[in-house]
Amino acid sequence: MTQVATREAANDRQEEVRRRGRGLGWMSLGLGVAQLAAPDTVRRMSGVDDSATSRAVVPLVGARELVHAAGLLTSRRKSVWAWTRVVGDAMDLTALGMALAHRGGRRRRRLLAVTGAVAGITVLDLLTAVQATRADGTGAVPTVRGARKGASMELTATTTIRKPASEVYAFWRDLENLPTFMAHLDQVRTTGDRTSHWTADAPFGKDVKWDAEITDEEPGEKIAWRSTGNADVPNAGTVRFVAAPDGVSTEVHVVLVYDIPGGAVGKAVAKYFGEEPHQQLDDDLRRLKQVLETGEVVRSDGAPWGKRARKEFPQRPAQPLSDAELAKGAGR
Amino acid sequence: MRANTWAGRNKVEVRDVPDPKILNKRDAIVQITSTAICGSDLHLVDGYVPTMQDGDVMGHEFMGEVIEVGSGVPADRLRVGDRVVVPFPIACGACAACAAELYSCCENSNPNAGIAEKMFGHPTAGIFGYSHLTGGFAGGQAQYARVPFADVGPLKIESDLTDEQVLFLSDILPTGYMGAEMCDIQRSDVVAVWGAGPVGQFAMDSARVLGAAKVIAIDKEPYRLRMAEQAGHIAVNFDDVDVRSQLLELTGGRGPDKCIDAVGMEATHGSGHIAAYDRVKQAVRSETERPHALRQAIMSCRSGGVVSVIGVYGGFLDKFPAGAWMNRSLTLRTGQCHVQRYMRPLLERIERGDIDPTRIITHRMPLDEAPHGYDIFKNKQDNCEKIVLKP
Repeated sequence: MTQVATREAANDRQEEVRRRGRGLGWMSLGLGVAQLAAPDTVRRMSGVDDSATSRAVVPLVGARELVHAAGLLTSRRKSVWAWTRVVGDAMDLTALGMALAHRGGRRRRRLLAVTGAVAGITVLDLLTAVQATRADGTGAVPTVRGARKGASMELTATTTIRKPASEVYAFWRDLENLPTFMAHLDQVRTTGDRTSHWTADAPFGKDVKWDAEITDEEPGEKIAWRSTGNADVPNAGTVRFVAAPDGVSTEVHVVLVYDIPGGAVGKAVAKYFGEEPHQQLDDDLRRLKQVLETGEVVRSDGAPWGKRARKEFPQRPAQPLSDAELAKGAGR
Repeated sequence: MRANTWAGRNKVEVRDVPDPKILNKRDAIVQITSTAICGSDLHLVDGYVPTMQDGDVMGHEFMGEVIEVGSGVPADRLRVGDRVVVPFPIACGACAACAAELYSCCENSNPNAGIAEKMFGHPTAGIFGYSHLTGGFAGGQAQYARVPFADVGPLKIESDLTDEQVLFLSDILPTGYMGAEMCDIQRSDVVAVWGAGPVGQFAMDSARVLGAAKVIAIDKEPYRLRMAEQAGHIAVNFDDVDVRSQLLELTGGRGPDKCIDAVGMEATHGSGHIAAYDRVKQAVRSETERPHALRQAIMSCRSGGVVSVIGVYGGFLDKFPAGAWMNRSLTLRTGQCHVQRYMRPLLERIERGDIDPTRIITHRMPLDEAPHGYDIFKNKQDNCEKIVLKP
């Protein structure tokens, strides 16, 4: 529990940093647009409307602000862009210092006010940049990657299959069918009425095996299962079969929960699932639909392995497989 | 085998590639006897359809003889030795889309459905030789092709019609026909067709077959317009006249009742500054289309009319005249052709002599000359309208 709580705290911190980064981005956008659209107003307000140099400098600073804004608003890596703002602040403060040295009276007062504001913003930028850099270091992004400290991950997906619920249910209930559409499974062997033994080829370079039992089922409607004993990655799942409104099809709703351990195993699992863990389950359901509706997983020359989100592009060229590729099993 | 392959933007190359094999039980291998270059192949070569890769076998209009069938193809559907025309969309025949005869939206035939879904919101069918977005299937500008779901798509030709009479059932004849069918043509209708390329010509013939009172062809290539005129249609050359005023003139000021865009994403047109605007936006990839024909069709169509789009679009376009479309009660209909739906009825029309698909063929050449064929087709040299390749 504490590990999960730690992760959540890290995520909260990072979300706060992101939010502030975006805030600074919007500020840059506003400043940039003002400096480009109404440079003379900006020059008057800052007390530098007497200088010819400022006529060139103010729009340039405006253009630079737009670069900050683009980076901060669109990039996930707020730290780098926050540092560009700190550099920009340093340039601005230098320019303002030079301007101050040559002015007195009303203009000097305006310049002092602007300099004070820029100094304040510099502090905020510096703080954001430092925090964003630290947050990058903890690597606590809100995906499975954060799960290296131990966490559970819930995946959901759904599809509609043009077959009656009884048939889709029966296919799934024969657990030995699962590897025909679940790409990471090597084999499922039924060991009893409700018990089974599962083998997966990922993600350690060697087989992972575990036992599972069906914990709840209603024929034609629902199957729920969970791993038993000392599974490397404790997991559980539920699949519901719901009649679709068209009267012939079945909606399949799947929920999978993985209890991802800490340490090397957890790291490997997180790496296996990558940034889009949902995609693998999505692939599985598309293959299930193909198997039930067309008889098997559909293969093309570019994607002889069938639907695999991670291998969609680039992939091998759309030309027939060579004998060597077929022998290596590329067609399977 | 020899196959015409994509070799980067503006380049195709005939290369030696492995022979196709059965990968799925419902596959067949077809030895190709005739194949064609399609206008939409030019979008791939010009680099406007994403996800092409060096070495992709091109071509989606082909026919030939079945030389091998997988174990899942029932003998009463297809056997070795059958002569078949292969429809360009690959369709499983079993999903909800296929059940509704929306074959080009098949839910199962595209293994790269994820890319299509990102681009289009929902996936679309696999297509032969038409980028990895549509599945990464090797195409038919080759000596052989693997045909998935061979029990669903291929149309057996049992009569003695020549290859050239039936080859275009694979794509452009059904595509042109669907363009006209979507117009819901009435006896009194004037139908205007943008683009007098192969698909446009067949849309015109189909509109007449479906009963249109008058059919107008809009293009700028005199030889293409002459071809339309020889088939009995009225020609409008947008290089010589203002299209809108000419259409008003030809329709007593009403505008055409039905408009067909048989041009698509790479329109050329007379208005220099708008052409430049679209060209620049397309070049920097901030829009994928140059949709001039579509804009003009919408603006020209009479109120309450139908604009039917069979020219290919791939992504996003600017300056869509939504105001004209909405305020004048226009109906916009479109789709990649659901070829399987039209093959048999159109074969019957060919047999009856209603439509003569061979009238558009201007060039025949061996497969090895495909790069030259692409060149003259793209640059509209040598009065090129349609090229048939012989592997």
